[in-house]
Amino acid sequence: MPLVLPPSVLGFYLLLAFSPQHGIGKWLHNAFDVQLVFSFPGLILASVIYSMPFMIGPIKSALQQLPVSLAQASYTLGKTERQTFVHVLLPNIRASLLTAATLTFAHTLGEFGVVLMIGGNIPGVTRVASIAVYDAVENQDYSAANGYSIILFCITFITVISVFVFNKYKAKSPLE
Amino acid sequence: MIIVDIEKNLNVYSGLDVLKISQHFENGSITKIQGPSGAGKTTFLKIIAGLIKPEKGTIVAGGITWLNTEVKVNMSPQQRKVGFVFQNYALFPNMTVQQHLRYASNDEQWTDRLLQLGKLEAFAAQKPEYLSGGQQQRLAILRAMAIKPKLLLMDEPFSALDPDMKSSLIENLQQLWKELGTTVIIVSHNPHELDGIFQQELYIHSS
Repeated sequence: MPLVLPPSVLGFYLLLAFSPQHGIGKWLHNAFDVQLVFSFPGLILASVIYSMPFMIGPIKSALQQLPVSLAQASYTLGKTERQTFVHVLLPNIRASLLTAATLTFAHTLGEFGVVLMIGGNIPGVTRVASIAVYDAVENQDYSAANGYSIILFCITFITVISVFVFNKYKAKSPLE
Repeated sequence: MIIVDIEKNLNVYSGLDVLKISQHFENGSITKIQGPSGAGKTTFLKIIAGLIKPEKGTIVAGGITWLNTEVKVNMSPQQRKVGFVFQNYALFPNMTVQQHLRYASNDEQWTDRLLQLGKLEAFAAQKPEYLSGGQQQRLAILRAMAIKPKLLLMDEPFSALDPDMKSSLIENLQQLWKELGTTVIIVSHNPHELDGIFQQELYIHSS
């Protein structure tokens, strides 16, 4: 669902769920004195929920592309499913793993709707780069908006290029 | 002794075939399996190893029931711990030759001996993608032998080896099988490949 829901809708429901007046949010608040709404940990948790499908999809498809005989060979050597996953399957999808992690990171970095709903826009606490750009434009401070945007652009560009280069020369398994 | 009596439905192009096999294998014996493509030879080996479950049947090895579909006993491949040489080798691309053997066994003396037997010492640090077809096939055999199996199932294990390498490897393997008391079942398409080596022959054809 997080993949197809508008981020603001997902953010709204997470805001309700994390609210100290209801359900999980109330339980967390009473039991552990944890408040997720308008806090940085809450913002991270919401981002993880929102971005998880972008990570799981490519990893699942990479695992499905591995020949079944790899896991079977490991089982016949007496290895458990966990050992097989850690020592055989995961290392053979490391390029996909790295690509998925990086693209998910880059995607989360630019997220707007969910983080605004959950985090609000509290300077020094929950104001993230993408919201700062919006804020600056709204205040007609184009020079600040340009500064934030260039930083975001550079981080994303370097990240994507690094993954591309690493996958091309280092990480790729012959099965990927 | 290993007693196998199984029935497995096979989906084939023409519809549904039934693989029905009732056979026993003496301890320490070598059996050659032949049959046309698609008859179920690989499926039969995988059923014994616990990688595929048949619709009906029993497998008893050394008095222990590995499979009995009537009383729902089905030991996992890990519990059966059968050595298996896959037709496509199923080597792990992330591991070197030595790592393959160390993954299967902690007995360094044994794995070093296997490396020597397969003439792969010089390639110990190489990953499968840098090995020739014959070297990959030898590695698949050595990996299966690394667990010192009581039962070894081999699916077309010598198809990529040159005649000299093949005869020397088979001779060395026979010595190991004798030492370990390993029962061996080999699928082979080559009619004369195992002449003078096997004690019984099984022809598989589905019905």
